[in-house]
Amino acid sequence: MVRTKKLWIGIGVLILFTPFGLIVPKWFGAEGAWGEWSLEEIEKILGYVPEGMNHLAKTWKAPLPDYAVLGQSKGLVLEGLGYMVSAIIGIALTAAVMYIIVKLLCRKNGSD
Amino acid sequence: MHIPDGYLGPTTYCALYAATIPFWAVASWKLNKTLKAKQAPYLALGAAFSFVIMMFNIPIIGGTTGHATGATLIAILLGPWAAMISVSIALIIQALLFGDGGITTIGANCFNMAILCVLVGYWVYQLISWHSGAKSKRRLLACAVAAYISLNASAFVVAVQLGLQPIFEKSSIGQPLYAPFPMSVTIPAMVIEHLLVFGVVEALVTVLVITYFQKNDPAVLGRTSGINQSYGD
Repeated sequence: MVRTKKLWIGIGVLILFTPFGLIVPKWFGAEGAWGEWSLEEIEKILGYVPEGMNHLAKTWKAPLPDYAVLGQSKGLVLEGLGYMVSAIIGIALTAAVMYIIVKLLCRKNGSD
Repeated sequence: MHIPDGYLGPTTYCALYAATIPFWAVASWKLNKTLKAKQAPYLALGAAFSFVIMMFNIPIIGGTTGHATGATLIAILLGPWAAMISVSIALIIQALLFGDGGITTIGANCFNMAILCVLVGYWVYQLISWHSGAKSKRRLLACAVAAYISLNASAFVVAVQLGLQPIFEKSSIGQPLYAPFPMSVTIPAMVIEHLLVFGVVEALVTVLVITYFQKNDPAVLGRTSGINQSYGD
């Protein structure tokens, strides 16, 4: 497990830097990824919202939309913190799910 | 590169689920045959890494952002099947919990970032790194080129998927029902930014991490195929 400890520390360092993944784009006035516009943004771009898009966009209401755990428009510090908390939650969940899947998949192979 | 709900019509998103599910099945089967319990932490790490690297949004001129995926890196370190599952898990959690990428488009996003990106990256890496030493410069070149090409391949395929929508998915008055821009718009938009910036970032991230392993744990890079390598032994 010594090998993984250093790597998890590396992940931890990356987590600490995640607010930059949110703040740096804002500094540059960048909005979002190309082709990932919200319905409001699409309406501004096109002047209308495509029917199918309008319908499907409501498919799912994510509990923590846009990684903003502490809410949006709460100022840069809180938003940055919220982003970091989202990173922690997301990573913990992803790692846990992956770990469980691997354990399920290798049940028959022994632990040699 | 995460396609949200509403950008792909049912025909496309169902087709992409249909394309992705067999890969998930094969990957699970392959892992079932070869994985050992003690390798679980490494795959967990890989999935975690993919998740976190996708949170680093890089702004570019034009006001949009993009990110790396880590797909090729994980494929190099853990093999393509583990990489497919790892990146897929990260993407699914991003969609379900954070609304990053849609639910109807989970198949599409996984196909683009977890399947295609992994396969292209892995094969290009194998090709270029063939018979090279674990610590060699050629390995690093292979990593960089593989990461760069794979991300651009994904970007291109996303552009095609989006660009197909206004052709086939139109309302009775000819208005696009889903993604509205044709390929003449989507392809340059997606491909240029990935050729110039995001592909480079992916290559850099991949090379940095592999360099770390070359210096600290080169046994990991000893073999280039599959999960049956020294990692975890």
